Amino acid sequence: MTGEIGQLALALAFALSAVMAIAGLAGARETASQSRAVASSAAIGMFVFVALAFGALMYAFVTSDFSVLNVAQNSHTAKPMIYKITGVWGSHEGSMLLWVFVLAIYSLFIVFAQRGSARLTSAALGVQGLLACAFLLFILFTSNPFLRLDPPPFEGAGLNPLLQDPGLAMHPPMLYIGYVGLSAAFSYAAAALITGEADAAWARAARPFMLLAWIALTLGITLGSWWAYYVLGWGGFWFWDPVENAALMPWLIATALLHSALATERTGAFRSWTLLLAILGFSLSLIGTFLVRSGVLSSVHAFASDPTRGVYILLMLVVAIGGALALFAWRAPQLQSGAAFEPVSKESALLLNNVLLSAAAATVFIGTLYPLLLDAMTGQKISVGPPYFAITFAPIFVVLILIAPFGPRLGWRNGDWRQALRVLMPALGIAVVAALAVLAIVTPRSLVAAMAFALGAWTISAAVIDLMKRGNIRALPIGAFASALAHLGLGVTLLGITGTTMWRSEALELLKPGQSMEIAGYTLRLEGVQLLQGPNYIAQHATIDVLSNGHRIAVMSPEKRAYPVEGQATADTAIRTTGFSDLYLALGDERGGGWVVRAYVSPLAPFIWFGGAFMALGGVAGLWGRLRPRRVAAATRLAAAE
Amino acid sequence: MKRVLLTLFFSLLCTHAAFAVAGSEKLADPRLEARAVALQKELRCVVCQGQSLDESNAPLAADLRHLIRVRIKSGDSDEQVEQYLVARYGDFILMKPPLEPLTYALWFGPLGILLIGGAAVALVIARARKRLDSAS
Repeated sequence: MTGEIGQLALALAFALSAVMAIAGLAGARETASQSRAVASSAAIGMFVFVALAFGALMYAFVTSDFSVLNVAQNSHTAKPMIYKITGVWGSHEGSMLLWVFVLAIYSLFIVFAQRGSARLTSAALGVQGLLACAFLLFILFTSNPFLRLDPPPFEGAGLNPLLQDPGLAMHPPMLYIGYVGLSAAFSYAAAALITGEADAAWARAARPFMLLAWIALTLGITLGSWWAYYVLGWGGFWFWDPVENAALMPWLIATALLHSALATERTGAFRSWTLLLAILGFSLSLIGTFLVRSGVLSSVHAFASDPTRGVYILLMLVVAIGGALALFAWRAPQLQSGAAFEPVSKESALLLNNVLLSAAAATVFIGTLYPLLLDAMTGQKISVGPPYFAITFAPIFVVLILIAPFGPRLGWRNGDWRQALRVLMPALGIAVVAALAVLAIVTPRSLVAAMAFALGAWTISAAVIDLMKRGNIRALPIGAFASALAHLGLGVTLLGITGTTMWRSEALELLKPGQSMEIAGYTLRLEGVQLLQGPNYIAQHATIDVLSNGHRIAVMSPEKRAYPVEGQATADTAIRTTGFSDLYLALGDERGGGWVVRAYVSPLAPFIWFGGAFMALGGVAGLWGRLRPRRVAAATRLAAAE
Repeated sequence: MKRVLLTLFFSLLCTHAAFAVAGSEKLADPRLEARAVALQKELRCVVCQGQSLDESNAPLAADLRHLIRVRIKSGDSDEQVEQYLVARYGDFILMKPPLEPLTYALWFGPLGILLIGGAAVALVIARARKRLDSAS
């Protein structure tokens, strides 16, 4: 029954999304207040039915209803309950349903937040309705999660063991809240172009959605990187894999958007540019979805052999992006921002930030899509790996980080760079000391490492100084912490990346029980390897003593897990962290009575993810500061009325 | 018997644990070994998605790691080893794509975008400055 309920709910949600699209867009006219009411109701209705469909699928997973094809393919009775639930979005069909579910939640937010004028809200709902329409159609025709299987199998096929991990269980929802959150910014941008209300009030209305999306993307990427670090077993945190790049591109543009919208909100400057970024950000989300979901990445030929889904998403991509850009080209010229400011000003700094972030996003875009394009056009295969991005992407980001501290210290319209430099002088001093300290202490001596470390120290100390100069820390409104926390996080992440890539020690040995290996002052002695039975896997469980100066300081247990149902194996690494450095062990194969043990000591590795958390916290502070004053203002208005 | 079967099971599966070159397979000379490790980080596994030879544990990657050491031992320079592999597997094996007419857009695209963006920003700033003058 649940399958049929889900199916029906999806169809009804589709019908309501069509109503929402038409009524919402019609409501953009001044007089059409009834259309606006219909659009709001349709949005609420669509949310209810999408939630029902999502609930139905979750119920089928929780009860292991293998008469539903999707459940039979992606679940198993022996799987722990949490992975039965997260299995809902472990498959293509389920993840697309999650996509629409998040879209429906955002539509609901738009209805209830009522930010901006009634016409603007209505038009934004209309655009959201169009997107929901397209995605629901896609699910119903190419990716239906409720297809039945007759006769139902006795047992399911299980879920990819790599996905059976708490970090990755939370990663897709977080990423989708970000991806789809950009749809709200996109819808508001399109609405502004339709109604012509692209002013400072528009930027204020759309900003919370941009912030929410950015926070979620930041956390999603951070979680994904952390997961890759501890699950994949070779100590890396970022691989420039196309799937990672698909999430990084929208993040870069969303970051640019937040900065550009800041100017639009405060002075009305860069209106059309902010709108364009809002459109581009979500376009990149769609492109990311296409890359990940169409199979075009694994090979151009896999895409060609079963192109139904890919072609549909591609079509949707062309219509959505093309439509929005056409709307932009048609309406944006009427938006003369007429911004007036000195070359040295916050506006100029924000522009510089935007051009660097956009160029960084474009670099990732080129690096990700070039091999696909070249293969499709000439048949020549090339690989674009980390060395490419180290040469092209890294320098852009270095300049960006170098100038980032100046932005918050420059005034609107007319800034004083000498004054800013004077204030930031102590940070410069700290950076120089940090560079000299690295050169003096760390061997082998590396100028690049010293510069990178100094850059991190510069950003962090400048953020702290910026915060202190704003006044008494305790009396500051929460919103004032936003940029300082986010910039601080950037510096912390940079320190982490520097430590991990520049100073990581690595050792790989074949150890028999009783033998030991050395790494960065630690002695690792393999005590033995036992077989252990997990809930749905069998593990080869190593016991390794960690000795420092002859004393045993820890026992670590990396594992190799075999999942008989799925026929796959994963590594369960053992990580001992001090918060400043990680000792990281992974167990390899058994060879001739010995085991391959891979060990890393990664200084500052945890900083990478601490930094991500700081950035997200900065976003939360910004969001809080954005929503609070409104409530306070509303309360005072209420008090005045009484 | 169960143990043997399990061991077989573990060894057949494509695991994600890293186990590049260990023990006796390493080159005796640490400098040559360091060169081999550096090389296998710059070359990709041709059967896996997005992994370097250093990270991959596909059997082919293991063979190639061995091959790199054989070439280095026989006196090849890093470039010669790379050329040897490119001749057999194509440019695909290089993590860093070569600079040639077909990849000019790849290598110079970012710089071009940065220059165009920079010029646009300069223009916008100049206009904003002019407006400031005409306003006062």
